[in-house]
Amino acid sequence: MSAAPQKAKAGAEKIDVTVSAVVPLNELVTRFEFKAKDGRDLPTFSAGAHTVVQMNDQGRTRLNPYSIMSDPADTSHYAISVRRDDEGRGGSLFMHRNVKVGDEMTITFPVNLFSLDLRARKQVFIAGGIGITPFMAMIAQMERLGGQWELHYSVRTEALGTYVQELSYKHPGKVHVYYDDQSQAIALEDLLDGQPLGTNVYVCGPKGMIDWVHATASAAGWPDANVHSEEFTKPQPGKPFQVRLCKSDKVIDVGEHESLLEAIERSGVEAPFLCRGGACGQCETDVVSFDGDFIHRDHWLDDDQHANGSKIMPCVSRFVGKSLELDR
Amino acid sequence: MIADAEGAEAILELAAQDPDLMTKSHIIFIPKGTNYTQALRDLKPAQFYEGPSYEAAVQRIRHVLAEAKMGLQVYLTGTEGLMGQAQNEAMQAGIPHSAIQTEHRGSVARRMQCVHCKGITEDVITDPFVCSHCGLNLFVRDHYSRRLAAYQGVCIDAEDPGNVPEPQELYT
Ligand code: FES
Repeated sequence: MSAAPQKAKAGAEKIDVTVSAVVPLNELVTRFEFKAKDGRDLPTFSAGAHTVVQMNDQGRTRLNPYSIMSDPADTSHYAISVRRDDEGRGGSLFMHRNVKVGDEMTITFPVNLFSLDLRARKQVFIAGGIGITPFMAMIAQMERLGGQWELHYSVRTEALGTYVQELSYKHPGKVHVYYDDQSQAIALEDLLDGQPLGTNVYVCGPKGMIDWVHATASAAGWPDANVHSEEFTKPQPGKPFQVRLCKSDKVIDVGEHESLLEAIERSGVEAPFLCRGGACGQCETDVVSFDGDFIHRDHWLDDDQHANGSKIMPCVSRFVGKSLELDR
Repeated sequence: MIADAEGAEAILELAAQDPDLMTKSHIIFIPKGTNYTQALRDLKPAQFYEGPSYEAAVQRIRHVLAEAKMGLQVYLTGTEGLMGQAQNEAMQAGIPHSAIQTEHRGSVARRMQCVHCKGITEDVITDPFVCSHCGLNLFVRDHYSRRLAAYQGVCIDAEDPGNVPEPQELYT
């Protein structure tokens, strides 16, 4: 299933929800559950989908994507798990500090950029840290379908092993946990070796882990189409810069701690997005003219496009230089 | 590696480029009247099987695919009919179509399905041709079904029975 959106529209369709549960899981990770404000079922989604949560942080809008980890068969609620990032831009801190049961929030319709290939004879899931979340939903779906799967889950310490106990208890034999602090590592080559034809592997975790899985699988002769990954880049802070939006005839300033997309939205200009993590392609914007250098951080444009400066993905990428004009 | 007829030449060329390849290769070959068998055997592949026809070889192909592990590379060479049918088996075993290598060699004959009786006529080299099952005069369409590994043949004289153009050889 391709997640290619048919038409670029401003933002994504929204759902009004109420926070129905806030469950701290360990020192860093808390689970949040949402129910529809009108009490009905939420839209159906497939395992691997994410939603963008809108936070109103003292007049500032923050929009962060999170994988939906709850069982796709149960649309009475959605659950996400948020890892607190003390160095991040504040979205996860806001969730941890400010969001309480009963709060009203807005989230976007789920979009799936990381879906299961259900034709696969077997699914192998590889998770690092908070990258476990999409697999929680995938495992629920595979269990229901009765499909073959196994999980290899690498965590820092036992105390930080989010959902390790629940997973190991429910699925002994299928769940393999590796603790960094005990110098345990996923033996990837062995694990890939001998998998039946038609196996698909999925990886979600830090960038290094994703690259490692792609490189190792391809060296072992796995077709690219059988290796799936999801990586949301977080927008990084950077030097403030100025942009002219040609269509809207506006000049805007992008602050140190906001993304170009956020600055465009703040100025009242509607801009399309789905993932806000450089992965979906929806926010792609044409560059009209520029004098300076781009800092491209997306996984969407190809190397040529990055080099020639014809396009930018404003959800994650920035610019340094004299002037930048966008077709927006 | 699955080959029929002149597809053997493609394998011989590959082996000449990279002799090590053969130590890991399993060749399934359908001669179709050619005599490449000894040359292929001389390459000393890890396994060699010769089948009298695709139908006879297909059980073997299925068995090999069912036992195969990820990392298996599939190389198909020879006629369109062979490549199409073997590709189907490989895809059903879970190899994405984009990861299957094919090289067409030898006859340009098409494997045709009659849209009227659904019968398959192998090795069609003229257009129009006569369906080997229902006897209708069919013309060769470029419409290809990956699932059937066959092109579509449609009755050419339905409105005016007997008005059939002179058969032309395909691709000439
Ligand atoms: S919003 Fe998905 S790539 Fe920018």
